[in-house]
Amino acid sequence: MSTIIIAFNNTDIAFNISPEPSMEAVPSSQLYYTVCLLSLHNHHHNFLFNQFHKRMISLRVPAPSSFNLQRLNSQALERRWRLGRDCFLSFSPSCVENRIGLGVRSTKSEMAPFTAAEEETLPEGLQPELMPKHVAVIMDGNGRWAKNQGLQPWDGHRAGVEALREIVELCGKWGIQVLTVFAFSTDNWIRPKIEIDFLLSLFERTLKSELETLAKNNVRISIIGDSSKLPKSLLEVINEVEEVTKNNTRLQRIVAVGYSGKYDVLQACRGIAQRVKDGEIDVEEIDEGLIEQELETNVTEFPYPDLLIRTSGELRVSNFLLWQLAYTELFFAQELWPDFGRNGFVEALMSFQQRQRRFGGRKS
Amino acid sequence: VKSFITGSGSFPTFASLNSQLRILVLSLLPSTISDPKNLGTVLHFIYLSSGEGMGGGIRQLLEQVHRLSRRSLFRVLSMGPLPTHLAFIMDGNRRYAKKRGLEDGSGHKAGFSALMSMLQYCYELGIKYVTVYAFSIDNFRRKPEEVQSLMDLMLEKIKSLLDKESIVHEYGIRVYFIGNLGLLNDQVRAAAEEVMKATAKNSRVVLLVCVAYNSTDEIVQAVKRSCVEKADRDVERIQLVDIEENMQMSVAPEPDILIRSSGETRLSNFLLWQTGNSQLFSPDALWPEIGLRHLVWAILNFQRSHSYLEKKKKQL
Repeated sequence: MSTIIIAFNNTDIAFNISPEPSMEAVPSSQLYYTVCLLSLHNHHHNFLFNQFHKRMISLRVPAPSSFNLQRLNSQALERRWRLGRDCFLSFSPSCVENRIGLGVRSTKSEMAPFTAAEEETLPEGLQPELMPKHVAVIMDGNGRWAKNQGLQPWDGHRAGVEALREIVELCGKWGIQVLTVFAFSTDNWIRPKIEIDFLLSLFERTLKSELETLAKNNVRISIIGDSSKLPKSLLEVINEVEEVTKNNTRLQRIVAVGYSGKYDVLQACRGIAQRVKDGEIDVEEIDEGLIEQELETNVTEFPYPDLLIRTSGELRVSNFLLWQLAYTELFFAQELWPDFGRNGFVEALMSFQQRQRRFGGRKS
Repeated sequence: VKSFITGSGSFPTFASLNSQLRILVLSLLPSTISDPKNLGTVLHFIYLSSGEGMGGGIRQLLEQVHRLSRRSLFRVLSMGPLPTHLAFIMDGNRRYAKKRGLEDGSGHKAGFSALMSMLQYCYELGIKYVTVYAFSIDNFRRKPEEVQSLMDLMLEKIKSLLDKESIVHEYGIRVYFIGNLGLLNDQVRAAAEEVMKATAKNSRVVLLVCVAYNSTDEIVQAVKRSCVEKADRDVERIQLVDIEENMQMSVAPEPDILIRSSGETRLSNFLLWQTGNSQLFSPDALWPEIGLRHLVWAILNFQRSHSYLEKKKKQL
């Protein structure tokens, strides 16, 4: 009997591609598919199925309902695709030959460029003029989600990245201009090293692979936070990405890595103290505007979030953005981050639009 | 107990009490049995209320009933961890007045009595620090008449804190007024400073009243002071503790729970620095409608997440 060749590493599933003979005629721009060629040992069948089952769940793909093992051409083109969200696996437990193919088909390619024609109309109930300009998100609950599904924590983080992609797309389409994301806080350094290493390498890989799509989608990325503890390779990637996307205008994504609200105010204070020492400004002139200029969020025109969303039901801010949250509307969602998705986001936006913001004054 | 009430000669018989009072007495039986010391008080009030002073006596009796049931409730609550510091944003006074069709100023008066009862519950429960957001720097932007009436109300209430029977003396409260007091008019500022001086010796519980306060303003003042302190030394050595020491709120630990009434979920520039890890709670009730049940609910929620938080803190 032949042995298993499972061609996937920790994050990507690498497949060999070859067209599935029974596929309908679908225009290739809408379809992407991958097929994995591997051989199966009889009693490894279930094991493989379980492994794939888990792996598909971790990538937020609906569980396969049947096996379809087909004999495929071994000289297929080899290409590497990252599985997007709406793909499904179909296998059927028929013939078990030496070479078996597992087909994965999707109808939507990942990170489609936003074009004017594709601008999605807002869902009912949302008004375009009341959309927040700056939305901040605390992506909480990946670890718990993974535990509930019986997976490892890093699978939860991967699912989280997918969920984030969806939200970023929606922000781009609905005219939200700045999206701040709490990726990694100073408190997270206490997590087990293996998880931290995974997170940082996931971050690095995501940034590298997204460079092209960001450029196409006119998205600008800025990273804020204490970068002194990050590995050098990640810092290089960050600099490159910031440099390349610096002139993009459609959506600005601020990623907070190693960031804490108090630390931000502290470094602003140090900057101001330096300026006072240099004689540039007088101590009496220190006011709120000056601190605002020195905060790390000065990379954007709208440093103050209008809406902060925290998932997983925790009712805390956890030291993410301190100064900037003075008048931010807070929204606490019960779902865990990987489950948050479009529906949760719409709910948060609806709640935001219904609130009366008075900023201390009186609503006449 | 029943025979005690009916047996004694000069004492009113159970049958002679009106139906309301009879129900009250019966409901008191369990608590008197659990704590016989209460029996004397109960009987005393029954005696009082059966005579001429029926109305006042009933009110006092009811008050006593509430206090007893609160005490047993609080005893249950203190089985679990209790917060040390509670913060309140007293929002919704004007909406309350509008809802009830009252005139404009009375919402704030109702809010003040809600505050007093809330303070009483907190201190009875044993919470050491309570902070309230009385007036923000942004509120100066309101109409001048409204600001003036608020200032007058504050002056009246601050002065009343100095009275002998006020809650300050009952619980041994030390009062702090936090904020940019220079923005207040002279009378209010003088009254506030007098209260701070008069209560400086109290140490049982602490009340922090934020007037003319903005968290951003507090941070700016702290930054200024840090800059002045470290002006001649290396600025890189300014640490978090330097800023925190210079904050006006450094007299109290960070709040465990922040309760904002009227259902709005935002911080409105209140304690931004200190509430990084506080549990945020926003009941829908307007501030004058806030009651014991909201406090109990907030504390129960706090207790639920407390063990998880403690575990995380230990890791740090």
